[in-house]
Amino acid sequence: MKARVHVTLKNGVLDPQGKAVHHALQGLGFDGVNDVRQGKFIELELDGTDAAKAEAEVKEMCEKLLANTVIEDYSIELA
Amino acid sequence: MKSAVILFPGINRENDAIAALEQATGTKPVVVWHGETELPKTDIIMVPGGFSYGDYLRCGAMAAKSPIMRAVAERAKAGVTILGVCNGFQILTEAGLLPGALMRNASLKFICKNTHLKIENADTRFTNQYQAGDVVDYPVAHHDGNFFADSETLDRLEGEGRVILRYCDANGVVDPATNLNGSQRNIAGIINEAGNVLGMMPHPENAIDPLHGGTDGRNLFKSLVEAAS
Repeated sequence: MKARVHVTLKNGVLDPQGKAVHHALQGLGFDGVNDVRQGKFIELELDGTDAAKAEAEVKEMCEKLLANTVIEDYSIELA
Repeated sequence: MKSAVILFPGINRENDAIAALEQATGTKPVVVWHGETELPKTDIIMVPGGFSYGDYLRCGAMAAKSPIMRAVAERAKAGVTILGVCNGFQILTEAGLLPGALMRNASLKFICKNTHLKIENADTRFTNQYQAGDVVDYPVAHHDGNFFADSETLDRLEGEGRVILRYCDANGVVDPATNLNGSQRNIAGIINEAGNVLGMMPHPENAIDPLHGGTDGRNLFKSLVEAAS
């Protein structure tokens, strides 16, 4: 089973890297971009077939290591 | 007086930490590798700067989960003096021993220079050799020193006198223009609730010898010794 984890900065946390990317996109002529937020994508290859159990475990991984919940939110997708 | 320096792979300021602690305590600190599970009995523990685990995932995230950090957390709880500098500060926040987080500098640049800092609270075991309001000069060398915490946490830190250092200019002016890296409220260093754990981005251990260009950092280490003796 695969788990896909997206880690993004919380709303209200400034994202200087996203701002820099936004600025660079504008420099390339992409004027229709209102905002850019940069995050992380983490793909995990998991043992087992129990989706509920896997989700609970990945949630624990996010809380303990993959995300810093002071500044980041995360979402989990199983496939 | 005994001290320990915790060493993680990718740390590069351990020798500066060792020199500063040895100068202040008169004894060479014990160096403890991250894979150890036990710490020798010491009065002071220092988590030095560098780039533990190549700053992978987030600065300090991996080091904070090292076996030795469980022992460091126990010592923190027992009231032992713990100083985290630069990557050490990042590690202590990631380990949950200090609130907040250190994000990418607002300028996105790695900042390596000397900076002025205002001592906000001299009534701590880390600053008792300074006066509140003193302006000191320490080097900084970091890419991720932009301190963030929610406003409730910031109010609490300020209300409890736990903001120890702020970025300022030579006259002690703390304002957006003197905010080195975008840190909330110019914060450069904070202590925990019990007052025995300090995390700071600037490097006092690199301001202890005239050859460093200044010795303003000596009093921070003297303070630790004073408090522990």
